[in-house]
Amino acid sequence: MSERLVFTGGRVIDPAAGEDAVRDVVVADGVLAGPGAAEGAERIDASGLVIAPGLVDLHTHLREPGDEHKETVATGTRAAAVGGYTAVAAMANTSPVADNAAVVQAVRDLATAAGLCDVFPVGAVTRGRSGELLADLGEMAAAGVRMFSDDGSSVPTARLLRNAMTYLRAFGDDLVIAEHAEDASLVEGGHMHEGMRSASLGLAGRPAEAEEIIVARDLALARATGCRLHLCHLSSARAVELVRRAKAEGVRVTAEVTPHHLTFTDEDLATYDANLKMNPPLRTAEDRAALLEGLVDGTIDVIATDHAPHAVEEKESEFDAAPPGTIGLETALPAVIAEVVGPGHASLARAIEAMSTAPARILGAADHGGPLEPGRPANLVVFDPDAERVVEAPFSSKARNSAFLGRRVRGSVVYTVLRGALVVAAGKPTR
Amino acid sequence: MNEHLLSMHDLTADDVSRILDTAESFREVGTRVIKKVPALRGRTVVNFFLENSTRTRISFELAAKRLSADVINFSSGGSSVAKGESLKDTALTLQAMGADAIVIRHSSSGSPLQLTRWVGAHVLNAGDGTHEHPTQALLDLYTMRERLGRLEGLRVAIVGDVLHSRVARSLSFGLVKTGADVTLVGPPTLIPPDAPAWGVHVSYDIDGVLPKLDVCYVLRVQRERQRLEFFPSVREYSRFFGLTAERVRLMPDEALIMHPGPMNRGVEIDSDVADLPTSVIEEQVTNGIAIRMALLYLLLGATKEDTS
Repeated sequence: MSERLVFTGGRVIDPAAGEDAVRDVVVADGVLAGPGAAEGAERIDASGLVIAPGLVDLHTHLREPGDEHKETVATGTRAAAVGGYTAVAAMANTSPVADNAAVVQAVRDLATAAGLCDVFPVGAVTRGRSGELLADLGEMAAAGVRMFSDDGSSVPTARLLRNAMTYLRAFGDDLVIAEHAEDASLVEGGHMHEGMRSASLGLAGRPAEAEEIIVARDLALARATGCRLHLCHLSSARAVELVRRAKAEGVRVTAEVTPHHLTFTDEDLATYDANLKMNPPLRTAEDRAALLEGLVDGTIDVIATDHAPHAVEEKESEFDAAPPGTIGLETALPAVIAEVVGPGHASLARAIEAMSTAPARILGAADHGGPLEPGRPANLVVFDPDAERVVEAPFSSKARNSAFLGRRVRGSVVYTVLRGALVVAAGKPTR
Repeated sequence: MNEHLLSMHDLTADDVSRILDTAESFREVGTRVIKKVPALRGRTVVNFFLENSTRTRISFELAAKRLSADVINFSSGGSSVAKGESLKDTALTLQAMGADAIVIRHSSSGSPLQLTRWVGAHVLNAGDGTHEHPTQALLDLYTMRERLGRLEGLRVAIVGDVLHSRVARSLSFGLVKTGADVTLVGPPTLIPPDAPAWGVHVSYDIDGVLPKLDVCYVLRVQRERQRLEFFPSVREYSRFFGLTAERVRLMPDEALIMHPGPMNRGVEIDSDVADLPTSVIEEQVTNGIAIRMALLYLLLGATKEDTS
């Protein structure tokens, strides 16, 4: 990489260094450089734009191998780059499941070939995600996997999860189990948050206590084993409170929330819009307020997309037959600016910390998340924080099942820089 | 009136009155020797039934035929997805064949609303999942109004599996809109926890409710709910929530007994009770045809060009 770039006059927000200042950012030979290297570099006017460490998504479904009709590693990482991401954690619920080193390596190879965004495959906790036997945890850890999850469902029994947490000790102190927290027996057959709205719409519910039960169980096991626990896509007020208390006690737990849970509530399901169907479900206004509060006070560390692509015909079926999930990589930053930063719930710096610095730390993605200091890999997002638009299809993702379709958002990614290369320029992928 | 009939939730009290009044005039047609009027000649009504139904389908078919519409019955067990063709594609096919109205029965809540996004025809909800069954509610309201002379102030109990009942939802919404006083009665596992938000009362004590009723509306109990752990046994259900001959004595003499059918005699309702003079279950069926004629007429008759 011999390309040299200098972004001039941008507002640099770098939570890892505690920096928020207007300055030039110089990129040379794939890494950040001091002002001395700016001479002769291609100059890009970044005035009015924000320069931040590239976003990191802890929760992406790339669908490959197995469900290439929904998304591929190539299309998913393209969507990620367009959304300002330089790294994503790819969930293990593919077919075959990423429960061994071979599948993990195959996904990495596909990402390398696409060259748009770093991919950190997540390994399954249990073999085939069937909740019966442990997956090849040691083999995957040896192959560089840092995060393990049966996302889509919780590890079904406390005993199996405890054994996984205990077993991982042999392979490193920084390995983390990420849990989808919903008690299977309480959510079976359910399609939305159980409450007033589900009662009126005649849809079977997925009650909030299903999440509380698993969160409480998992926190107890994390406390007992000392294993790091990451709680995916929190959705309920009481779960946030459980995490708050556990953190105060010193349990090694981190938590995430999605842009859609920060934006919508179950009231928005009145039209049976299947793009608003996801697990865990959109809950009440009180839950949404508690999620925002948890994000602001640091109980919730991360904003993650849970990017879940599905084919058009799958989402256009009957509401109860439609698969759960919304895509999110291309709308996450503008949704967060519109719904969290704009109304004054959190600063832009806090949003970037939750979308880049914190997830990079949890994932052990040392090249990402800042600090933006000379010699560090040049992984950057450059965006206009004020550009407003209405979300519409098509997307760079293969899918179009976005909960945000038709919604006004704020903020627009202009450049994404991956190890010094402009993978997105003028908002479009360059390769 | 709206362009479609999707739910009681969508209707105003005035809409309900207009539908019941229109049904009143069609009721008489069913008593003639020649039970037919030319109101919808040349219009096509498709009965699109993706879930088993006998009485609702036949009732809609008779209603359309008595209005001289062309009627096509399109039935299929299971969902369209299971069949391989999507609901959307099937709907577009019906549209291409020139359906003016589509009467849909489907096991998925919300599917009639989805249909309106894809087709230009008028959509009538003949029961969607556990959501609503508005034509059943309207025929029930009609029957109550005809027998008791009013709806406002009527004290009505809806007894049974409210949680899974589209009839209970539609009837609750309709009764509350028209000023009736509704109490839902059943095992707590079968009453939605947030039901009071509909403007109804909730009771688990049927014997305490029965003496203060104008109408006791009994819902069908599905035996599979026992397997799903909502109640211990059909026997125990009957003992605590069944409308037995003994319990009927607690009701005022003139109070009506209603049931949407099909009945499980001996489970939610005793055989003797179903056959009492105050039981108007067959009248409900007869009135259903008039209600469905009224709805087809109001949706189709007054709209679009008349080419006859």
